[in-house]
Formats: sequence, C-alpha cells, structure tokens
Amino acid sequence: MPVIKDAVCSLCGSLCDDITVTVEDNKITKIENACILGHSKFVGMFEHDRIETPMIRKDGELVPVPYEEAIEAAAKILVNSRRTLSYGWCSTSCEAIGKAIQLAEETGSLIDSTANVCHGPSALAAQEKGSPGASLGVIKNRADVIVFWGCNPVHAHPRHMSRYSSFSKGLFSTKGRKGRKMVVIDVRKTDTAKLADKYVEIEQGSDLLLITALRSAVNGHEDVIPETVAGISKEEILELAETLKNAQFSCIFFGMGVTQSRSKYKNGDGVSSLISDLNQHSKAVTIGMRGHYNVTGFGQVATWETGFPMAIDFSRGFPYYNPGETGANDVLVREEADAAIISAADPGAHFPQKAVRHLAKIPVIQIDPYANPTTEIADVVIPAAVVGIEAEGTAYRMDAIPIRMKKLIDTEFKTDEQITKDLITKVRELKEGA
Amino acid sequence: MKLKANLISGRTADQGAHLEAKTYRGYFDACAYCELNSADLDKLGVSEGNSLKVATDFGEVVVFAKANDGNPDGLAFIPMGPWANTVLDPDTHGCGMPGLKGVPSEIEATEEKPLDMKSLMKQYRED
Ligand code: SF4
Repeated sequence: MPVIKDAVCSLCGSLCDDITVTVEDNKITKIENACILGHSKFVGMFEHDRIETPMIRKDGELVPVPYEEAIEAAAKILVNSRRTLSYGWCSTSCEAIGKAIQLAEETGSLIDSTANVCHGPSALAAQEKGSPGASLGVIKNRADVIVFWGCNPVHAHPRHMSRYSSFSKGLFSTKGRKGRKMVVIDVRKTDTAKLADKYVEIEQGSDLLLITALRSAVNGHEDVIPETVAGISKEEILELAETLKNAQFSCIFFGMGVTQSRSKYKNGDGVSSLISDLNQHSKAVTIGMRGHYNVTGFGQVATWETGFPMAIDFSRGFPYYNPGETGANDVLVREEADAAIISAADPGAHFPQKAVRHLAKIPVIQIDPYANPTTEIADVVIPAAVVGIEAEGTAYRMDAIPIRMKKLIDTEFKTDEQITKDLITKVRELKEGA
Repeated sequence: MKLKANLISGRTADQGAHLEAKTYRGYFDACAYCELNSADLDKLGVSEGNSLKVATDFGEVVVFAKANDGNPDGLAFIPMGPWANTVLDPDTHGCGMPGLKGVPSEIEATEEKPLDMKSLMKQYRED
C-alpha cells in the first residue's frame, strides 16, 4: 500500500507540503495532517460531483459530446468573439497559467485571475507603495508580534497558525504561542479573534482611518489623533502602536476585510506605509492571506510573461493593464465581453449579480473538474484533472515561495495545461482556415 | 419590521469545505444563511432556521437566519457564494474589486424559503 509523504495540499494559499497520503487501488484512503478544507479536497475526489464528460448546451440542456467536439466548439467561440474574457486560472498549475496567457494573447483576449475579487487591491497597493514582505519561514522563526487584520485563518487557512504563525515554534521563537503576541483587528468577533491576546473591534469600512491613526502614533504625532477613531479609543490605538513599535519582529497578515471594504486598495497602500514607518523602530513585514492555492502563482507567471500581475488586455496586440477598466468584473458589468473562458474558478458563485447576469447571456466555456454554479450558465464544459492530486505542477504559496505539487493518483482526465494546448492548436487551425 | 444592517460576506470553514461540492445540500447549508446577533434576530422576531429576506439596492435574496453573537448590532454576514452575490454591490469604484463587504441592506422575516443553488442560477439563464 503506497504511502506518499510530503504531499502538497492544493487548496488554500498556505499550500501545506507535509501531507501524508495513503493510496489503495488508485484511491486515496487516508490523509494525515490536512485540515478540514484540505481533507474535503482529498476525500472529495471520490465523493463530489465530478464532471465526467465534455458537454455542450443544446436546447438549454448540457449534453455529453466527445472531447474533440467540445474543443472545436470552444475554439470557434474564441475565434468568433471580438472581446473574450479569460478568467480564473488560480486553482491550477503555473504551467497551465502560462498556456492560458498564450491562448489569451493569440485570441486577443482579456485575462484576469481570481485576485479580481480577492487581493487585486493588494497588487495595486504594492505598485503604489511596495510590499515589505518575508517568507513564512522567517515569520515562523522570528515574529514576536503577529497581527491578523480583516482575515480569519481559523476558517480560511486553518493550518496557517500552527505551521507558520501564532502557534508554531521556530529557531528564535522556541516558546511558540507563549512567546508571541497575537492581535486580531476585525469587524466582528471571529473564531480567530477568540484566540487573540488582543482583539480590536473596528467599525466596518473604516480600516484606513485606523491605519492613519496608527501611523500618526508611530511617527510621534499623537496630538492629531481624535479621542476615538474607527470606533476605537485613542488609548487603545496608542497601546497598539506601542506593541508594534516595541516588537522585535512583527508581521501584519491581512485579508478580504481590508481589500474588499471601503477604500479598497488604499487600505493596502496604508498598511505598506505603516510597515515602512514601523521599520524606523523595529523590523516589520506584511503578507496578504491569499485564498486560492495558486493565485499568487498567477501573479508571478503573468508578471514574467506580460509585465502585469492580472487584468491584462491583449486586444491591442500588446499587454495593456488598467484594473478598474480591464478587471473581469468591470468588463462584465459594462456588458463588454461577448464570450468567456473560465477555468479553475467559479465566478457564477463569486461575482455579484450584475456580472453573472451578463455571463449568462454570452457563450461561456468552462474548464473544471467539478460542477459548480458556473456550470449552470456554461455552454461548453470540459472536465479537467485535479492539479495537485491527479497531476503535478508548480504553485506559489502566499509568500511567493514556489512549491512543486506531486501527482498522487492516475487519471484519464486531461490536465488544464493539455486542454489549453489543444485549444491553442485548434484556434490556430481555424484561423489558418479562415 | 425591517432591520437596517450593514452587510458583509466572507469565507467560513464550512463554505470552504464545500468548494468542490457546490451541487450538494451541504453547500446550500453552508452558504444560504445570514448571521445577525441574537438581539437583532429578536427585533425581527425570528429564530435560527426561519427565513429572512435581505434586500439591497442590487437585489433581494431569501436565506435562513443564524445567530452569531460575535456580530455587533446591525452587522449582517452571509457566507461568500451565489446567495450573497444576489445582493452585493457590483460597482468596482474603478479599482477592479466589487463591493463585497459593507453594503447597506434591509432585512425582514419572510415565509418564503431559500432557493437551492440550481434554481438560483437558473434565474440568470431565464433573465
Ligand atoms: S491550511 Fe490550506 S493548504 Fe493547509 S491543509 Fe488546510 S486547506 Fe490545505
């Protein structure tokens, strides 16, 4: 009975690489070390609603077709479209992302990742102010103050705290949790907040006010801080500023509470500025809590291929980038896209109604291992292998460390990379024939 | 009685565990609810499991009521997913990101039941 050690969990941005998997008859029968999300992923392989065969929507129903027919139908949609949106590519390998970018370039499409509804504003913030970061290993070994701002790792990244942050023991942090101060800033008392030494409850949407007040305190301008900011007393703000200033090494982990709330990318911009202020006194870094296991990888591959991390428009024949104009939600809400190819993401579930309403009107190609809300509005559906379980490949952890995912079991399904290659070949064929 | 609430959406472990099982009942259970604190639920006269209608400038959705006393007064939470997205703000304010947190909403009790995932999505095809 083969036991595979150090398998990688391809679910969240923690990309845990210490999973032990037992395989019997090409089935995963036992998993050790994974959290509830990871466990559901590995076990789900054999229980969830797998898309078994390629399908095309005919008379309102998805009907099975041979693979070649689905590829041909998809390629025709791409060739006939004047403004294709290619979206997702985050729960897949960097190798597939590279091919997706090539396909977008060859079809003059606009390509965007799930960062559009996640840490897209953090990328903008990094472009404005930089992003002073560190690897999770450094946090584990050195951080004595850990702040979770607008994120809830107990639910979203369940092993983050035990492997890399609050609870982990490292080279200079031998006491583990006892030696670290954990601060949680959130709008409601989450399960993560319940574990904190200090919970700061902030009024929803006023993150930038608190960041600005903290910066004033850190920079010695206490006098300009009002008695309460963002629902928090001046005293508490000064105390938090002191905690950060006096830390030997602090890290602010931030999540959707920061990127999706009012002021969006200006919040991340403010966090980067606060980190830079703190570095006049101590050592401080910041890391975005990335959701999809390889959304960071999309940013890496897109940046080395095109110069931009997301929202890249190839319609001019060269990469053009202007999130807010070229973001996936923007082109859908403006009803500009006339076709979409979606892989390894689920905008049907995760985009607001106006964007989904437009998606439902245009031809949609979906490449995914599992049926989901996007399948309900898709016109061509192509099943894919599960990367990290049925296919190997590279992914980038939330701290931009590349990790090689193993193939654990065999499959008949094609990989996202292979499907995209087949689409490129077919698109070229159709274009030459035209 | 209508309660004015500030609506946010977000990940929960249960929603995350059904990321690849969205056609299942478990996903519905993990996403088709709205959390308010018990005092707010009392104001609406509903208990956990009753239906709530959540309306914003962008649409309305029926979900189950759930109590979470970690929520301050007037803060409503619906897990990320197609139910929440029926009522969230599509405007990106020119930076790409829609308004997925901090949407003004009105919440009231209702006798209607939440739609399952497929019925909810079918509405988009029929629109
Ligand atoms: S924390 Fe994330 S990567 Fe680690 S086991 Fe859980 S879901 Fe997988």
